[in-house]
Amino acid sequence: MPDLLEVNRLSVRFDTPEGRILAVRDVSFSLAEGEVLAIVGESGCGKSVLCKAIARLLPKSAHVEAESILLDGVNLAGRSEREMCRLRGKLFSMVFQDPLTALDPTLPIGRQIAEAVTVHNRRLPRRAVERRVLELMDLVGMEQPQEKARMYPHQFSGGMRQRSAMAIALAASPRLLFADEPTTALDVTIQAQILDLLRDVQRKLHTSTVLVSHDLGVVARVADRVAVMYAGRIVETGTAEEVFYDPRHPYTWGLMRALPALAIEEGRPLSPIPGMPPTLLAPPRGDPFACRNEYALAIDYEQEPPLMRVSDTHWAATWLLDPRAPRISPPLGGIPHA
Amino acid sequence: MPDALVEFQHLSHAFRPGRHIVIKALRDVSFSIQKGEIFGLVGESGCGKSTLARCLMNIYQPSSGRILYKGVDLCDGKARRQHRRMLQRERQLIFQDSASSLNPRMRVERIVTEPLVIQRIAPPRGSLRAEAEHQLRSVGLDASCLNKTPVELSGSQRQRVSIARALILEPELIVADEPIASLDVSIQAQIVTLFKHLQLAHGFTFLFIAHDLSMVRYLCDRTGVMRGGRLVELAPTRELFSNPLHPYTQALLSAIPFPDPLRERARPAFSAPPPEPAREGALVEVTPDHFVLQSPSCT
Repeated sequence: MPDLLEVNRLSVRFDTPEGRILAVRDVSFSLAEGEVLAIVGESGCGKSVLCKAIARLLPKSAHVEAESILLDGVNLAGRSEREMCRLRGKLFSMVFQDPLTALDPTLPIGRQIAEAVTVHNRRLPRRAVERRVLELMDLVGMEQPQEKARMYPHQFSGGMRQRSAMAIALAASPRLLFADEPTTALDVTIQAQILDLLRDVQRKLHTSTVLVSHDLGVVARVADRVAVMYAGRIVETGTAEEVFYDPRHPYTWGLMRALPALAIEEGRPLSPIPGMPPTLLAPPRGDPFACRNEYALAIDYEQEPPLMRVSDTHWAATWLLDPRAPRISPPLGGIPHA
Repeated sequence: MPDALVEFQHLSHAFRPGRHIVIKALRDVSFSIQKGEIFGLVGESGCGKSTLARCLMNIYQPSSGRILYKGVDLCDGKARRQHRRMLQRERQLIFQDSASSLNPRMRVERIVTEPLVIQRIAPPRGSLRAEAEHQLRSVGLDASCLNKTPVELSGSQRQRVSIARALILEPELIVADEPIASLDVSIQAQIVTLFKHLQLAHGFTFLFIAHDLSMVRYLCDRTGVMRGGRLVELAPTRELFSNPLHPYTQALLSAIPFPDPLRERARPAFSAPPPEPAREGALVEVTPDHFVLQSPSCT
């Protein structure tokens, strides 16, 4: 499959009064058509900033540098805001964590979806717009769309609001959808419904999706490929099977071992990752994960490890993969997968 | 039951936000929490689990029903006033949002020791500062935090400070209302491990309110499931998760995503739980210690 999105060496830095923050450091990845890539990591690791940098939704204090951001053959790097406006919605769109703040409280849902439809097609007759709105509401699983279109966001439940936000995002049939923690604010039962919907829509429309999440359960449910981020860098990336069944980076091990569901299954106590993520204001020398890493080698405190190859699709940034590194028995992984 | 620390008897609470609007947040909830156990309460947002906690802490006066703490009726003003000192000292609450439940103008030392000052208890370790330091150490923080204000701390550090504040009076009952919901997954594991460790060390009774079922499964001895203000199922945690009987509990359990991609992909789409019956039901003991809400029609 051809790559729909190709990001080359993207960095984002914020200049604040306290100093320079490197939120995203030299990130490269690609995404095939119809694929779901999940970006996982703790809060503050730069996963949201990464998406917003591609969509150019960051405030002016952010400095984005990239060799190239190719989306469907279009290079987004260096485009003017005017051009980006034309591409947003049509080429890519975004669903946010909190649907209540993403929707306009003063307009009925139907009008808000219609707005997204007409922005990209001004000459569409009113009837056709109405038909399209109802079609979109049906697509995201809103029953009785005629009635619901006249209701306001505050009259909806959290799940319904997220469905409306998705209808707006899908209005101009984007090729790529960014979903930034779309289910974090929702209850488990609603979360399951929204995740099913995401998977369903993605299958129907072949939209590629970048899903940002900190919940590995959610990721397992929808992702084809996974990228684990730590302190602004992608530290491990691979297919969902590779990352879940054969993780190679100590941070990924840590994330997995901190999950209660797996701890219960394996009948062992929960083992949290010690310490906190580093502040990106003054990142430590070497690998920023070294001080929390029980498998850290001396070189980790000196030099940051590059991404090393495990297989063609599976890469991890850890010195443990270096042929000179001492052999350790990983706490998990190594499970062969079909 | 002989060794129940807290007993809820037919507890109901209704909010009246407008003249003709009545929201029944709790409907006829009855159960008890045993001394020294970790009791988990789960349910969706708006199911009344926080209201229950607030009734237990006397933040709300319930509309009807009784809450017995060591035999003292918490809903009876006279009895409550009589035992005020004991009740204030023995019950402690930990909130979800540590950013808003800690006074931003106070330093950590004062936050942690304030309960001692209010209760006029002489610090057992000599000075308030030594006491604060000891408590902070027990929750995994070091003395360098003592002079900081809450804004200087990270989310997990703040939550540790609230735990230290709750522990300083050596309470018998700790009520934690979604204490880990606003934290990162890896930090959640830290805090839950801390809770488990502290509970073993101090032996307090712990009411843990959460919507994350896998954490409840890991931490709690017994679990109650709430929906629409009612308790729909109550069982020892292992029994509840291996043999859920109420359709709502089954739906809730089937909604938890499991971190295993092949298993998740093979799973059928989630089917929403059936709507709750309008009729009042009663908790029936199906197997020993396993209670399920049953409507009068389907027995």
